Amino acid sequence: MIGNALLHLLLLFLLSPLLLGVIGKTKALFAGRWGAPLLQPYFDLWKLARKGMVLSETTTWVFLAGPLIGFAVPPLAALFIPFGALPAPVSFSGDLILFVYLFGLSRFFTAGAALDTGSSFEGMGAAREVTFSCLAEPTLLFVLIVLARLAGDLSLGAMLGPTLPLSWHQAGAALGLALVSLFVVLLVENSRIPFDDPNTHLELTMIHEVMVLDHSGPAFGLILYGAAMKLFVLGAVLVRMALPMTYPNDWLNLAVFVAGMLALAVLIGVVESIMARLRLIRVPQVLVGTTLLSAFAMVLLLRQ
Amino acid sequence: MHDLNNLLLLSVILCNFFTLGSSRLGACIRVVALQGAIISLLPVTVHGPTGHSLLLGVGALALKGIFIPWLLFRAIREVRIRREVEPLIGYIPTLLIGALSTSAAFIFAEHLPLVAEHRDSLFIPTALATLFTGFLLLSTRRKAITQVLGYLIFENAIFILGVLLAEALPLMVEAGVLLDLLVATFVMGIVINQINREFSTLNTERLSALKE
Repeated sequence: MIGNALLHLLLLFLLSPLLLGVIGKTKALFAGRWGAPLLQPYFDLWKLARKGMVLSETTTWVFLAGPLIGFAVPPLAALFIPFGALPAPVSFSGDLILFVYLFGLSRFFTAGAALDTGSSFEGMGAAREVTFSCLAEPTLLFVLIVLARLAGDLSLGAMLGPTLPLSWHQAGAALGLALVSLFVVLLVENSRIPFDDPNTHLELTMIHEVMVLDHSGPAFGLILYGAAMKLFVLGAVLVRMALPMTYPNDWLNLAVFVAGMLALAVLIGVVESIMARLRLIRVPQVLVGTTLLSAFAMVLLLRQ
Repeated sequence: MHDLNNLLLLSVILCNFFTLGSSRLGACIRVVALQGAIISLLPVTVHGPTGHSLLLGVGALALKGIFIPWLLFRAIREVRIRREVEPLIGYIPTLLIGALSTSAAFIFAEHLPLVAEHRDSLFIPTALATLFTGFLLLSTRRKAITQVLGYLIFENAIFILGVLLAEALPLMVEAGVLLDLLVATFVMGIVINQINREFSTLNTERLSALKE
């Protein structure tokens, strides 16, 4: 139990920046460049950790709570998720609600920290972030409800547990729709390209980046690390849904999971390379569309 | 085979959602063509590769998947429009209505006294949902060309229903339906050109005024 939890956290802490590296490398290769080394995100984090930090005099404790909670939430949430065939260390009935709203808590404090600076510009980013995530939330919940209904259990550990291959067999269509919807949620929640560009510093188009403009040094490092871990945790749900098999050999299971995560990072990189950013007014349209898609997946299930 | 059918029908429903939510005419035409191609596979997957089903499938593919989309592309090239502007009901509301009616179609199909072999398949609910989608497009869009697309989707739904009867229905009837469709699209293509020439726009609303 304790060993399992430690293994979970170790995987999370060690591998999450690598995903960003793989995404960056994929995009660079698509653009015909060689790109930054795969380990660049680790170097960036190390660089930020050694820097000094500037704190505005107008800010309060909320300004520092944002990065800290953004860093603390993903490891907590990771404990409810099975990493591949590794069972979830903590599991109780109804933990899916806690899982969803842990991220809600971190979003609240990130937006709070942005508002705390008193900059109208960051307020705009916070408003956008909150709007889009409130549109993405129903999709995430519908996907989880589909999983819960298939597994007949309300804990994430069981929903993403050994019953999944059977569910794919029984209700492959509904799970497929849920998988696609979850991928869109993953892109929105982690501010990836069709919805937000993580590299841009062009004011009018920024969503997530604009909220963290005033953070510097270690606090900014915590934000980046937290964002990478969030991508890892949500990606783990997606990879588990897509690769539900369990092998008798633990190492093989682990290898399948890590390979799945890396493939997911490559997929995100490909999506970012071949798609343009959506116009802001189109984003809610797409999110309503995926909500309907996931709701439709549930209708398909109810029929059975 | 059963799984394959369900997959095909599910992609038909996804095509419905796309046409309801998208404003780009080119993409809409492509998706309707894709839908036509998908449903032209259905006779073969349902009844096996008999002469009848193959003929029906190839005919539908040629007309719905290739020829009619080509006609429509030619039409939008000639009248030079790219997107549907200001539909009567916005995109998100039509998408919502479409999703609601799709769910309603599924619930309604549950209560129909169907033959046992059709009860578990997605055929009937998909056909009903596609019918609703066709209605929605026909009634909420202003441009004549989107209305033609609505009509095509409508016909696709009837085709899905017809596939279930393909054994009983003579080939001549099916061929006649396909021919009707072709002629109708042809005529509408000409009408679209005429509307465009008269009013220099494609809004069908202008047609309700009789005099200048």
